[in-house]
Amino acid sequence: MAKTSDAGWGSRVGLILAMAGNAVGLGNFLRFPVQAVENGGGAFIIPYLVCFLLMGIPLLWIEWASGRFGGSLGNHSTPFIFDSMNKKKVWKYIGVFGIFTNIAVAAYYCYIESWTMSYVYHSVIGTFDGMSQAEVSGFFGDYTTVGVSTTGIPYESIIFYVLCLALNTWILSKGLSGVEKVAKVGIPMLLIFGAFLAVKGLTLGSSGASSEIPDANAWDGINFLWTPQFSSLLDLKVWLAAAGQIFFTLSLGMGTIHCYASYLKKKDDVALNSLSAGFTNEFVEIVLGSLIVVPIAAGYLGLDWVINNAGFGMAFQTMPFLFEKWGDIIGTFAGVFWFGLLFFAGITSSLAMGTPWMGFMADEFNWSRRKGAWSFGLITLIMGIPTVVFFNEGVFDQYDYWAGTVSLVVFALAEIILFAWIFGITRGWDEINSGADISLPRIYKPIIKYVTPVILIIVFLGALITPKNNDWKAAFTEGWELDDGSILAKITNSDIKANKDFFSDKKEYELERGVVTSVEEINNDSIQKKVIVVSDYQTFYVNSQGIARPTNKRKLLESLGKDYTFIEDSLAPIKTYQLEYSDVVKVKVGDQLKLGSVIAKGDYTNKSLYTVFGRLLLLTLFIFISFLVYKAGKKKLS
Amino acid sequence: MNSSALITMIVTQGIVSSFMIFFFYKVLTTKPKQEPDSFSDNDDEPR
Repeated sequence: MAKTSDAGWGSRVGLILAMAGNAVGLGNFLRFPVQAVENGGGAFIIPYLVCFLLMGIPLLWIEWASGRFGGSLGNHSTPFIFDSMNKKKVWKYIGVFGIFTNIAVAAYYCYIESWTMSYVYHSVIGTFDGMSQAEVSGFFGDYTTVGVSTTGIPYESIIFYVLCLALNTWILSKGLSGVEKVAKVGIPMLLIFGAFLAVKGLTLGSSGASSEIPDANAWDGINFLWTPQFSSLLDLKVWLAAAGQIFFTLSLGMGTIHCYASYLKKKDDVALNSLSAGFTNEFVEIVLGSLIVVPIAAGYLGLDWVINNAGFGMAFQTMPFLFEKWGDIIGTFAGVFWFGLLFFAGITSSLAMGTPWMGFMADEFNWSRRKGAWSFGLITLIMGIPTVVFFNEGVFDQYDYWAGTVSLVVFALAEIILFAWIFGITRGWDEINSGADISLPRIYKPIIKYVTPVILIIVFLGALITPKNNDWKAAFTEGWELDDGSILAKITNSDIKANKDFFSDKKEYELERGVVTSVEEINNDSIQKKVIVVSDYQTFYVNSQGIARPTNKRKLLESLGKDYTFIEDSLAPIKTYQLEYSDVVKVKVGDQLKLGSVIAKGDYTNKSLYTVFGRLLLLTLFIFISFLVYKAGKKKLS
Repeated sequence: MNSSALITMIVTQGIVSSFMIFFFYKVLTTKPKQEPDSFSDNDDEPR
């Protein structure tokens, strides 16, 4: 990083902790348990571990070894690390992903990180004391709505975001030593906070059961996560989810590992260091990540609730409510520990995202680390503000999909082809083993050359042509209909079914079918709006207290072996429209809706505008970095 | 908790924890490479 001749790591343990901090992120505590729940609990763990061994570890070695190789030639970012491995121009531009992804992901990742900062503050001042579950959930909605203040500070979500980004930038301006210091404090703190919460999750048992949910039991959550189901080995969906999780959790395909490793000398080890960092990440994910959210939520709300509601939002919309049940003092500590843990997990990752840009600008344009850091902060701010302001309009989701998901797979696929097939597996294997403090199993040589690329190709194709509802069996037997989340559907905009125009004078219904169950006009001193609720026929399950709840996870609920009664085709709300009071409602209660039905007239700016806006911002960033790479290449030649 | 879940959890978490401890032990006990290496904390003079 900047003025690269004097940049470097302080100690080996510091490097490993920084690399582990790069990998350990919010996903270890939020994404992993959710993926495990959505993919059958214990069904998930076997494919997950296999993917770690066959894809995660090989890619870790490749990225560490490529980084050190490029660094030995004075290159600290992927465009010219790749260029040093092969002189064909295309690699330089594929390397652009290694800077682009980091800036784009940092832009929205810092926003999530700022939520954790804000929630630590709210936990300390007792904002969540006495709130109901719905109120805690509503608080999150208010917080992410720009213009609504939960503290009295105007535009607080933007202010917390800018503060968080400024903190990242300031630490980055101190260089690698700043990053290392944060990792040396952050990782131990994270482990302590995580251990406290994991012990609570492990020992909660049935003590969280209440008169409303008498059968709530934390052990049910742990049982569900860990009971092996060997039938999952034949389910492609589970394998793809497991491979995807390995990607995210190890921060593969981003370019950060290359950058960190590029400050190592050729004789220094990468084999053992990468395994230490990788297994630290797995420890945090498998040991701590599996023992917090799911068991604690199951301990108070029941496993059926967890299965129906598992998602990223649980961290902010549910956990503060559950911590309150531990009393004022422990509840406050638990809130601080939980959001503090997420903050440390987040900041050690977001700091890593700044280093490739700084390394690139230092190498190619002689920028100081301070200039590199503050320019990173500025670009990230420009890219990030739309994700904050238009969070509910979907700009955030566009960044997450294209930069935080698709780019990683494309980049990793390219880098393994470069490393194993163009740079050459023999040279590559020697590079991994150069200076190694541990002897590596030779079986990994053919794995890197054949197995890992095949897995990556399958992961890429799986994302490209994901069948409807991710149901691969049905796709192969009943015909292929693309899922709205597939890359092809996104590229062709076929996932946008209604309200396709950027601006429109009518609001169209976006789902396949529905029935209007409520049309309400609210007109009082503080609120004037119209609310339309649309419902659809869904499956309900009746739990042990006789309460019926809608579910789309019937199979998973059945797998629990409890005596749930299922009721088919009962109406449940699926969509709520909040309209301006001046809008003209065109439907009435009882109306049957289908895709494209007009439900109201007024002036609307549709989500499609924000979708295109988000994509254009990302494309502009990619072109901008490509241009800088082009200029740097010209400069090198002259 | 059922026994198969308990065994899977303990075995998986045990393996992952053991590997992590083993690799860190190796890192901490391996003799540092001859100077100049990549790390500044063990340098005689600051960079």
